[in-house]
Amino acid sequence: MASHAHSNAHGDHGHHDHHHGDHASHGTFGSYMTGFVLSVILTAIPFWLVMGNVIEDKTVTGVLIMGLGLVQIIVHMIFFLHMDTKSEGGWNMMALLFTVVLVLIALSGSLWVMHNLNTYMMPELTPEAAKQLP
Amino acid sequence: MSANTHHTATPAEGLTFYMKDEHHPEQSTMIGFWIYLMSDCLIFAILFATYAVLGHSFAGGPTAKELFDLKLVAINTAMLLFSSITYGFAMLEMEKGNKGLLVSWLVVTFFFGACFLGIELYEFHHLIEEGAGPWRSAFLSSFFTLVGTHGLHVTCGLVWMAVLMVQISKFGINPANKRRLMTLSMFWHFLDVIWIGVFSFVYLMGVL
Repeated sequence: MASHAHSNAHGDHGHHDHHHGDHASHGTFGSYMTGFVLSVILTAIPFWLVMGNVIEDKTVTGVLIMGLGLVQIIVHMIFFLHMDTKSEGGWNMMALLFTVVLVLIALSGSLWVMHNLNTYMMPELTPEAAKQLP
Repeated sequence: MSANTHHTATPAEGLTFYMKDEHHPEQSTMIGFWIYLMSDCLIFAILFATYAVLGHSFAGGPTAKELFDLKLVAINTAMLLFSSITYGFAMLEMEKGNKGLLVSWLVVTFFFGACFLGIELYEFHHLIEEGAGPWRSAFLSSFFTLVGTHGLHVTCGLVWMAVLMVQISKFGINPANKRRLMTLSMFWHFLDVIWIGVFSFVYLMGVL
């Protein structure tokens, strides 16, 4: 309801008297339950994959875990944080997208640079390798 | 605003502001708080990046696979998830103006949040007892920093929630308390989002 009141703020001046506490968009019982059930499923699957050793190939399991985590983050954003393109006139989404870009740059940049450094300069010290140290 | 500058209004006839929507304290609070959450998100991104870089530097010490107890993490995740949905129910009661049920749901949320924190502290204590404290290896330093920062946020959220419960019991559901509840709602659900990253990337990928 907030986004509705906000989007026609300039066209319709009759809306000013309503309570300003009501501004952010809220969920309903149904939307909260949908989000909850979805996130329970999306949490249970990766735990089951790892604890039950379901898939032999660890790379596949890893990709699945991260993929499901990403889906769950989006589910939480929509059903719990009530994100949409209209909240706060679109500025919430703009701030989010900007942050996502920064996060991607920081994460991929750090991993890339440090992986290179590690590969060329620092062989991994496993417990087995540590035993052979002088 | 600048459109009004050449409109000569004498004080007697009263000023007319055509852009009445410019000054909404509540509205700017919500977007301001969102910006804060996004900056917090950057802090966590850097801590995640640090963990991603150092997560395999065991320094000959215990590895993630040996240390992490996934059952405990699963219980912890359930606690945080339950607290998210009960906070949602609290928000629904706030909209209905039902003060008693609102406070009850906040108490339930607080309980789940406190359980989460208790389990996390137990895990930390257990790790340190085993000699796997943050000083043991770069992996454990980055692990304690990342998970500890999240735990610190949860602690702040719990303190905030406790204060808010007192506020609501004393002053009822007024616009100021509604605003506080909505910002805490964003904060609490945001922490749950961060936890998704923690259990997926740190715990599950670590044990894998």
